[in-house]
Amino acid sequence: MITLQNVKKSFGPNHVLRGVDLDIAKGESMVIIGGSGTGKSVALKCVLGLITPDSGKITVNGADATKGDRDAFLAQFGMLFQGGALFDSLSVWQNVAFRLMRGKGKLSKSDARDLAIEKLRRVGLKADVADRFPAELSGGMQKRVGLARAIAAEPEIIFFDEPTTGLDPIMSGVINELIREIVVEMGATAMTITHDMSSVRAIADKVAMIHEGVVQWTGPVADMDTSGDPYLDQFINARAEGPIEAVR
Amino acid sequence: MQALTFIDNTLASIGRSALGLCASVGRIIMFAALTIAHLFRPPFYFREFAQQLLTIGYFSLPVVGLTALFTGGALALQIYSGGARFNAEAVVPSVVAIAMVRELGPVLGGLMVAGRVSSSIAAELGTMRVTEQIDALTTLSTNPMKYLVVPRVLAATLAMPVLAFIGDVIGIMGGFLVGTQRLDFNASTYINNTVDFLEVGDVTSGLVKAAAFGFIVALMGCYHGYNSGRGAQGVGKATTNAVVSASVLILAANYILTEVFFTS
Repeated sequence: MITLQNVKKSFGPNHVLRGVDLDIAKGESMVIIGGSGTGKSVALKCVLGLITPDSGKITVNGADATKGDRDAFLAQFGMLFQGGALFDSLSVWQNVAFRLMRGKGKLSKSDARDLAIEKLRRVGLKADVADRFPAELSGGMQKRVGLARAIAAEPEIIFFDEPTTGLDPIMSGVINELIREIVVEMGATAMTITHDMSSVRAIADKVAMIHEGVVQWTGPVADMDTSGDPYLDQFINARAEGPIEAVR
Repeated sequence: MQALTFIDNTLASIGRSALGLCASVGRIIMFAALTIAHLFRPPFYFREFAQQLLTIGYFSLPVVGLTALFTGGALALQIYSGGARFNAEAVVPSVVAIAMVRELGPVLGGLMVAGRVSSSIAAELGTMRVTEQIDALTTLSTNPMKYLVVPRVLAATLAMPVLAFIGDVIGIMGGFLVGTQRLDFNASTYINNTVDFLEVGDVTSGLVKAAAFGFIVALMGCYHGYNSGRGAQGVGKATTNAVVSASVLILAANYILTEVFFTS
């Protein structure tokens, strides 16, 4: 469904992606792990077209991601951003219903609001949150609103960028469970970026580890602990010693 | 040898700065062209446009009005004392009117709006860039140029002439108040002299200038905010750059437009 072939991207002298190859099947939940600055977010943004790769090919449902109708392409996606990326100037329900009130097949204001409240309920928020502004919400609530916005238009593919960053362990667990439930329920294809191992184990069907701009290891989450890959072992066991150089 | 290295380094530094400036100018021109192209292509966001018209236009009225009022008053005093040197005190009403309408209304109004609006647009868009809200817009199938940039640029371009016109009237009133209360001008003579010497071309040239300044103010705010660097420092730098570049460009554009209007 989503294929990256030899994708490369540099920022000046910094070669972030050095030839990423990745396949994500339809309905699969792929989690990409790796240290900070290894190119996970860049790979995700390349798929969405937010960053243009220097070379390589990205296809979504067999179609080249860089060609064709951009609106139709993006309509397939929902995305939960690391910091929520909620629009400060809009109320919670307007954030959730943002896509529903624009473009082809846009809903009336009242229908969009009803649907937004339904999605807010789905992520565990009450209807009274709808008229508040993002700045009035806690970090966990903002993530939930971001999640509600990502699933509002029922996309085929959902991206999660560091979904548990900045949350306490209990809230992280709640968000992980929600993501898993929603992905299974919608039958969506999911691509998650994280370095939180509890998220990996809760969300993933498959795992890919990016190190130094290439996919170091990929396989089912069940094989992760017995992979024998020294890079993956060091990462998932949080060891300071190993082939990955840790700056002290 | 050391002298040669010094000259070499100095020339290289000048060259780098010149190339950097050319690249920045090129990027701004591309951004402006893209903005203008999006102006004429749907979808159009009327709600955002109306909101910006209110924020940029209506809420700038106090600052533009006060600037014009004090400028008109000071101008009347200056022209009176300057004119007294060659017995030309009577020109105060006409010169205040012409100076306000042609030059000071649009230019000072533009500079004040640059300080208020460019900075706020750059800070808002810069924060949206840093917090990934602009990326979020894209993923929600909404073009950020159309949704964020076009309404602001269009609103500023249309609001600025109205602001300048109001500023002109208030500035002339400032001159009138000082003229009649401090300089013993007869009120009806003052008004007659103002109206008689003012031509339609004076007013329209000022309004066209104001529209150009409005375009510059919003464009600079949007450009620097949209391309803001990371973190609080990036947003701060974008805000400063927006105000400085908008102010300099207003003064440069003012000279060019004055050449076009009044030397032919």
